[in-house]
Amino acid sequence: MDSIYKSLVDIVDKEHVSNRPEELFIYSFDLGTAEPRRPDYVVSPATTEQIQEIVRLANRENIPIVPLGAGLSLAGLAVPQKGGIILDLKRMDRIIEVNENARYALIECGVSQGQLTAYLEKNFPRLTHSEPGAPPAATIVGNIVIHGQGDLAQPYGFNSDLINGLEVVLPTGEICRFGSCAVDAGWFTYHPLPDVGLFFGWCGTTGIVTKMSIRLFPAKPIRGVGTFVVDNESLVPEIIGKLTYTQMTEDIIAFSRAIPPFAAGLQHITINIAADSEKELEFKQEIIFDDTLGEYIRRGEGGFLGFTRGLERPQISKTSDYKKGGGFEYVGGIMPVETYSQCYRKGREISERHSIPYTVTGRIIGAGHSMMFAWTYAFNRADTESIKQARDALHETDDLVMELGGVIWKPGIYGQKIIIERLDPGTRLLMKQVRKLLDPNGIMNPGNWEGF
Amino acid sequence: MYELKFDLEKCLACQTQACLTKCRFIKVDVETAKREIIKIARGEDSFVLHECVTCYACEEYCPMDNHPFYLIVERQEALNCAPTPQPLIQRAVNLGVPFRGEPEITEINGPVLNMGAFSELMHLIQGRLFEGLAVISTDPRKMFHYFCQLMYLHYARSSIIKERLPGIINTIAKHKPTDVICFHDECYGAYTSYASAVGMDVPFRPVHFFEFLYQRLKVLKESIKPIKMKVAYQRPCSSRLSHEKHHLVRYIFDLIGADYAEREYDGENALCCAGTIQGQKREGSRKRSIEIQQRNIEDMKKNGAQICVFNCPACYQTIGQKVAAVGIKPMYMSDLCRLAIGENPTLWR
Repeated sequence: MDSIYKSLVDIVDKEHVSNRPEELFIYSFDLGTAEPRRPDYVVSPATTEQIQEIVRLANRENIPIVPLGAGLSLAGLAVPQKGGIILDLKRMDRIIEVNENARYALIECGVSQGQLTAYLEKNFPRLTHSEPGAPPAATIVGNIVIHGQGDLAQPYGFNSDLINGLEVVLPTGEICRFGSCAVDAGWFTYHPLPDVGLFFGWCGTTGIVTKMSIRLFPAKPIRGVGTFVVDNESLVPEIIGKLTYTQMTEDIIAFSRAIPPFAAGLQHITINIAADSEKELEFKQEIIFDDTLGEYIRRGEGGFLGFTRGLERPQISKTSDYKKGGGFEYVGGIMPVETYSQCYRKGREISERHSIPYTVTGRIIGAGHSMMFAWTYAFNRADTESIKQARDALHETDDLVMELGGVIWKPGIYGQKIIIERLDPGTRLLMKQVRKLLDPNGIMNPGNWEGF
Repeated sequence: MYELKFDLEKCLACQTQACLTKCRFIKVDVETAKREIIKIARGEDSFVLHECVTCYACEEYCPMDNHPFYLIVERQEALNCAPTPQPLIQRAVNLGVPFRGEPEITEINGPVLNMGAFSELMHLIQGRLFEGLAVISTDPRKMFHYFCQLMYLHYARSSIIKERLPGIINTIAKHKPTDVICFHDECYGAYTSYASAVGMDVPFRPVHFFEFLYQRLKVLKESIKPIKMKVAYQRPCSSRLSHEKHHLVRYIFDLIGADYAEREYDGENALCCAGTIQGQKREGSRKRSIEIQQRNIEDMKKNGAQICVFNCPACYQTIGQKVAAVGIKPMYMSDLCRLAIGENPTLWR
């Protein structure tokens, strides 16, 4: 019998290890346009200790390890570029603690967005977390380690800013803890110990996060979405500036898309509002829609479409329905809000050049500090030409992000390459040394963040 | 090109100028009303064009059948003074664009129910009332091929209606229907009132939804168990185009044993749902719409309504939740009728 397979079975159990081609096939691709790469093994551990043993085995055998949450990044980040072991973390799905007073949840790395949302709604209805626009199966830790954002990004920032501590298995097998938990003081704060933020944005090349404490926020009983529409994209940055100034909104998203036709050529700005009472809701609506946006309405430049009670969570892209074959992938750029109109116009040009109905979305992060602007391209999974077309559009868009003065979010291999080319020499050297120091055998998700 | 048949002489002969003097949103005396309607008819600007909230009611108020509302909308478009901000107009214009291919045409050679742009509400046409009835526009992906376009009266875009409506009529006609039962008042108004006002041919007989329900209820009379609840009716703006059918609400209520909630804002005096008003350019429009809704719902409550019945999905969407919040059950007319014949409407709790 294959000795690595046998060792993995010894660490976990037979039920949770596989080297069967039909199962490896499933793990060889994600839902985006990345070329498939087949792993050699897939293993699904249940404990941090099992992960430690698997990592030690991989070092001994010099075989790559690719940590995997739900595999929904779309950017090919968990496609095993050089084969090896896929570490499927979905079994580690315990919600260990929810602290209602300190407002945090301590979770394992396989807890999904839908799982925590349902758990909080049932047991702690006054608390919520910042849920991204991903399918409910997406894991919370997976989203945070790629610097994801959620529907509380506007008031509070990136999800990776909203953590109170983490536990990591290093590429050499040691366990490290960061935040107050590192001194056994509970999981209530990430600060003020020395900052060693080495695990976010590294695409699983610096370690495996096994536990995380995430911040929770008040969930007000009345939540809903107001929609404002403009036909001049140049107005969007100043409108966003005014909306964020009110400090009365939760999520703010601007979008435009060719399909369905109602949105074509227009910018829809959705504004989430939460309130404890009808009085508070009306007060906020008055400030936002009458006082702040009223001038655009009176001039006929913008229109209030109405306020809909209730939040559809998660708010998931429907772009995969636009073409036969159900595929879509997007480039997310972290952009200055002032670039909105250029992002929209140039994104539309790229889409039209590749005969793909355009879809663009900007989610505001912080009080207008930046936005995650997504250019989405639909493709037919059964048509290699259609996939190539989308991939070309994605690469052009990666270049566009950098050209417009933004930074590519969760870059795939191509995006990582063009970022590395622009990194300042000092940072480049430090990143190279960090990788070498943490992962001397180069086993962690190789192919990513290489070529410094 | 289709031209609105509007006769200024009728206005000159009119003694009441009810189109404007009865308006719930503009306060004018007879003299001012006459002056302004003449200005509008002659293509001049008038404050009426700027203050009209597009509630459709003047079509009902006009004693001369002279289509004052259609005229106002044409002038709003010509003088570029739509009540709604341009981005909302563009959005509405985009909304009705048919996409995702052509509809499948099956020949009916008989009566048919047209769901128009409400294919997603098929759950409202279930049960014995609709047994054996052919239905068109059942696919939400293609429903805009059957969209009557009259919504553009709210957006000062008569030109869009005139451009698109003949194609819609043609699509429906391809099914070779005899009678076309219109799920929504707006469609009925389009194929009767509006088409006639602009000289557009309609090669089938439009049937009002309430007329259909009433006739079916008569057939199923033996199954009716009186509702015995007080029911308020939320009259939609487009019912002003078919006011001659409004009496059917009472006929249906009488037949199903529902107690008609007599109230201030009823019949000719009805208040619209104010969904359109909230987005208009005029300062304070959002608050104004809330105030209208509050008055309307308070009136239902004051007069003991236990149920508020709707025929218009837009009204239901706009104030259904608010009605429910004060303890009045919102429901569609077809569901109320189904309840009366002992059926449990979908989603009924």
